[in-house]
Amino acid sequence: MSNEPDDTGVIDSPVYILDFENIDTDQIIPAQFLTTTEREGLGQFCFYNWRYDDDGNPRASHPLDRFDPDLHEVLVAGPNFGCGSSREHAPWGLLDMGVRAVISSRFADIFRNNSLKNGLLPVQVDQAAVDFLIEHPDHRVRIDIAGAKLHVPDLGEFDFPLDPFPAHCLAQGIDQLDYLLQHEAEIAQYEQRIEH
Amino acid sequence: MSETSPSVKTLFEKIWQSHLVKPESGPEGDGAPAIIYIDLHLLHEVTSPQAFSELKRRNLKVRRIDRCLATIDHSTPTLPPDADGNRPYVTEQAHEQVETLYRNCAEHCIELHGWDSPNRGIIHVMGPEMGATQPGMTIVCGDSHTATHGAFGALAFGIGTTEVGHVLATQSLLQRKPKTLGIRVEGELRPGVSAKDVILHIIGTIGVDGGTGSVIEYFGSTIRAMDMESRMTLCNMSIECGARAGMVAPDQTTIDFIEGRPMAPAGEEWDKAVKHWKSLTTDDGAQYDQLVEIDASNIGPSITWGTHPGMVIGVGDLVPDNTDGPSLDALDYMQLQAGSPLAGQPVNIVFIGSCTNSRLTDLRAAASILKDRKVAPGTRMLVVPGSEQTRQAAEKEGLDQVFLAAGAEWREPGCSMCIGMNGDIGQPGDLVVSTSNRNFKGRQGRHVRTVLASPLTAAACAVTGTVTDPRSMMENRP
Repeated sequence: MSNEPDDTGVIDSPVYILDFENIDTDQIIPAQFLTTTEREGLGQFCFYNWRYDDDGNPRASHPLDRFDPDLHEVLVAGPNFGCGSSREHAPWGLLDMGVRAVISSRFADIFRNNSLKNGLLPVQVDQAAVDFLIEHPDHRVRIDIAGAKLHVPDLGEFDFPLDPFPAHCLAQGIDQLDYLLQHEAEIAQYEQRIEH
Repeated sequence: MSETSPSVKTLFEKIWQSHLVKPESGPEGDGAPAIIYIDLHLLHEVTSPQAFSELKRRNLKVRRIDRCLATIDHSTPTLPPDADGNRPYVTEQAHEQVETLYRNCAEHCIELHGWDSPNRGIIHVMGPEMGATQPGMTIVCGDSHTATHGAFGALAFGIGTTEVGHVLATQSLLQRKPKTLGIRVEGELRPGVSAKDVILHIIGTIGVDGGTGSVIEYFGSTIRAMDMESRMTLCNMSIECGARAGMVAPDQTTIDFIEGRPMAPAGEEWDKAVKHWKSLTTDDGAQYDQLVEIDASNIGPSITWGTHPGMVIGVGDLVPDNTDGPSLDALDYMQLQAGSPLAGQPVNIVFIGSCTNSRLTDLRAAASILKDRKVAPGTRMLVVPGSEQTRQAAEKEGLDQVFLAAGAEWREPGCSMCIGMNGDIGQPGDLVVSTSNRNFKGRQGRHVRTVLASPLTAAACAVTGTVTDPRSMMENRP
């Protein structure tokens, strides 16, 4: 979970493909599951409307029917993944279902922020690399978190943009709230300046 | 970048710079983002409980209770309580979520506008109504439609729950500076065309990720001519093109709206504030990172035909004949034929409400169509005012009577069918014409097909029971 240093700094996993554009947060975690006051246990509700029929019975066939939480740590999805609401339940749920990274050519801003605050890695690469993976389901990829590199065997190595600060925090186990609290004096000074 | 010279700044740049507690560190430092100060933190029941739990776990206090304002809106029933005062919550968990906010606000002495408050409402309706939303402020909320408050020339954006915790504890946020996107809208709006049609048209033009990474500033003659409610509708949907914030520079319209509201400055403070607010404009010669020009005189009543807010057509247009994967997938979900008209499609439910379109002017627009008419047999219409203040103002004008006489339901304030968390949802297969902001699959109930539209268009659809151009029903109407 969040803020704990990763033991290896590497994710090495076969990819699981969700070949859809604009996968919004209502798909990732439908609003009916947002009445919880906890952050745990949301994985069972991820992509709920895809995985279950109107009566709540599991569908025989759906986009995640081959997803294996013991095997797949990396999702590959079409552009604009995570668009829509600010619900942090989306990355909480994905992490809870065993996902550690998502590869896409574009991420929505709030989803990206929320993911990085929880240790879910948004791996943004060119659509060409995404397309290659879509054509090669279960292809094993290696993600070097500290180096912000995605290695795709038979295709190449790709740098992805990773804000150095959350990455630094993730790698070093620095807590962002603690970091803010360490600047309490500057915050108090600012308040003095604007309020007096 | 947006800063062309130190003396020439965009509106965004002015607010950003004046809220810097600590600038971004260079690569020689710790590489940390800027720390920016947050003037106003809006809270609701859905995205706050885990943040309060985190505070408790760390034994932290809320730094500035005077900069917090809370309400209950998402999980709240819109039907009245029974004779014993019990409210019809959709689940016990929804009820518990509301109770949790009560407990957290009581424990930390945060001002909560709960069931008994005459101000309770959708947080993005309530804040401006109370005068809490003011130009030049930084405003955050664990809600992506926080951009609404940008209508006042504030920098307002949605945050996740971890960041809600950061703001509770430190009144600050770690932020990278976003880029700027200027959207100039020029020309006079045609009859029957509202801010909702303008923003749908903009999202259709730049796409659902056209604003990703940016703060939008809307400007131009069309925007200047808009009232504050229209500007809120416009800024509200900025997130629907990926932008975390949208803003409009304050002017006399803004100042007139705020004056006299309970949380607005008064006396000498008011004069000082107005002087400051008038300086909050983008300077001549300041550059946006990107600029988009929109001709408003070309915009007609707009609606969505697909499963995201960028799938937009004019209400009388044909559904696009696209054969790309997303379009085919959307057509399949919406049970629509490419190249066929959307107008004339049977409508099961019409929803007037949400932080996009639930204000008094929206209700007036819907009522102007409904007056002396009936909701079509077989169609259900829900009208959900955005707040208690709005409800009371509407009832004072008799708008509730117009809706009730037409056969519509007049509900208590809340988010209602926009997100459906409180159980206000459609049945599988229903076509819902909705004045809300998102038409994602399942958003208003499983297999429910959502068509986003303005209050005028939605009301016209209710009368005919089919997707309808409101202009056909506006003759001899105010």
